[in-house]
Amino acid sequence: MPAQTRFENKLGAATREAFGRAVVELGRENKDIVVCDADLSKSTMTVYFQKEFPDRFFSFGIAEANAVASGCGMALAGKIPFVSSFSVFVMNKGFEQLRTCAAYPNVNVKVVGTHSGISIGEDGPSQMSIEEIGLACSLPNFVVLAPADEPSTKALVRAAAAHVGPVFIRTGRPKAPVVYNGGQQFEIGKAVQVVDGSDVTVIANGLLVAQSILAAEALEAEGVSVRVLDLHTVKPIDRDAISRAAAQTGAIVVAEEHLVDSGTGVRVAQVVAETHPCPMEFVGIEGVYAESGQPDELMEKYGLVAANVTAAIRKVLARKR
Amino acid sequence: MAKSLPELQDLARRVRRDIIEMTGAAKSGHPGGSLSATDILVELFFDYMRIDPKNPAWPDRDRFILSKGHAAPVLYAVMAHAGFAETPHDQLNTLRKMGSPYQGHPDVRFIHALEASTGSLGEGLSLGVGMALGARLDRRPSRIYVVLGDGEIQEGQIWEAAMSAAFHKIDNLVAIVDYNRIQLDGFVKDIMELEPLAEKWRAFGWNTLEINGHDLTEIRKALEDAEAAKTRPTCIIAHTIKGKGVSFMENNPKFHGTAPNADEVKLALQELQ
Repeated sequence: MPAQTRFENKLGAATREAFGRAVVELGRENKDIVVCDADLSKSTMTVYFQKEFPDRFFSFGIAEANAVASGCGMALAGKIPFVSSFSVFVMNKGFEQLRTCAAYPNVNVKVVGTHSGISIGEDGPSQMSIEEIGLACSLPNFVVLAPADEPSTKALVRAAAAHVGPVFIRTGRPKAPVVYNGGQQFEIGKAVQVVDGSDVTVIANGLLVAQSILAAEALEAEGVSVRVLDLHTVKPIDRDAISRAAAQTGAIVVAEEHLVDSGTGVRVAQVVAETHPCPMEFVGIEGVYAESGQPDELMEKYGLVAANVTAAIRKVLARKR
Repeated sequence: MAKSLPELQDLARRVRRDIIEMTGAAKSGHPGGSLSATDILVELFFDYMRIDPKNPAWPDRDRFILSKGHAAPVLYAVMAHAGFAETPHDQLNTLRKMGSPYQGHPDVRFIHALEASTGSLGEGLSLGVGMALGARLDRRPSRIYVVLGDGEIQEGQIWEAAMSAAFHKIDNLVAIVDYNRIQLDGFVKDIMELEPLAEKWRAFGWNTLEINGHDLTEIRKALEDAEAAKTRPTCIIAHTIKGKGVSFMENNPKFHGTAPNADEVKLALQELQ
């Protein structure tokens, strides 16, 4: 986005809604696109696809392991299946199938987890997925995407369908602030610089991209120049953008709605350690399960808002000096 | 060219010899459950399935999934006799050795003609559901055959898949349970009883048949009955004998996952003359 325009922080559609719309568009273009759902189509928004393409929508009931493996079977028969459920269910209950039926034989299946993170709110920890970036990234051959807003989700769902091989896409329940106002191109494995800066880089994905932009703008007033990268692809990770950020800004903060132990941050740190070591700080969920509440309240209580990013930037800058 | 019953029976005997030699050479592997499934695979690969070993990617082919992937030796031996380019008969004794196409469990990275990599029990029926739905969407005549172990169907995913196959009225899918009544730790009835097994499959909406899994004519008849059954999947419960064909291996839990030693190989091959 142009540096002179202030970030509006205006809510757009939820990323799960964007997925639901995008997969319908794909379905119109390619008859090999099919959807497998596990009794959550009204929540994952594959209900749109079901309405338009009832013959290519398959209900598997509340049985995620079978939904994932059946999706893999369809892929082996030449289809491009999108298997969707809440992240917490498709990843945890389907993990062994994602490993052995999708990752190991490199099968062309697309897995979309919705209701990721703690921003699902009232339903509480049993429904909150805070481990799945780590789990998905641990699987060889998988591409792992965590888009920030509606336009980027639509573009990346499309990119996932075009990619040959297994893909996991992390989407969320609440309406997401619009980061991209059109025109931006998205490529799997290529981070997007949403704010340019030279003193420090914040690398974020999902809902934390908007919070990081807000943090960058707040610090700009104090004369701190903050670069913000949207790392929408966690795997394969954009080593060039990360090493460049480390070399050019000398300090990095990673911000994500995920456990800090196993998410995007540790993967960024690996690249930084291998290329251009520099001080780093991490904003994420600190080894706890959250609770019921309104999404905004939870994001604040568990340290996932702009103020937390700002604090981490100050901390990392103090270490840089 | 269609094979006569005696020719098929002789093939089964030769496949059993291969299983003994392969696992003997590997000094590990699963001979018991390979021998119990031999007649089922011989009937499928040499008589019933519409496949073309010279053109394994033929889109309209029938598809075979060995969900009980540990019985890989029988699949490798059958494919070697069938003449797939990737499964040379003279390399069967490289089973389980580094670089061999004959990996410990079936691996599509090493043999592309395999329909799926299997070995983690409970997954093959779901893969079959997906392949059957894919074939139906494309209006292909393909039928999907999945061989399940009896112990394997203790896995919950099997019953998720069973429910979904009946729900989606998948009639181009056949599950064949190799009911040899022995699993790794002992007899199935002592580890986790499956009975009443036919009633379970029927309750899940499957056309369910029970046969002698060593009688090629009965196996063929069941496959024909399965093909005639419309709007629902078929489960063939094949009553078999673990270690079938080798007296000291029959019904002996030891040979679920233990290879015969050199003396046992010699004895077994004498019995399989």
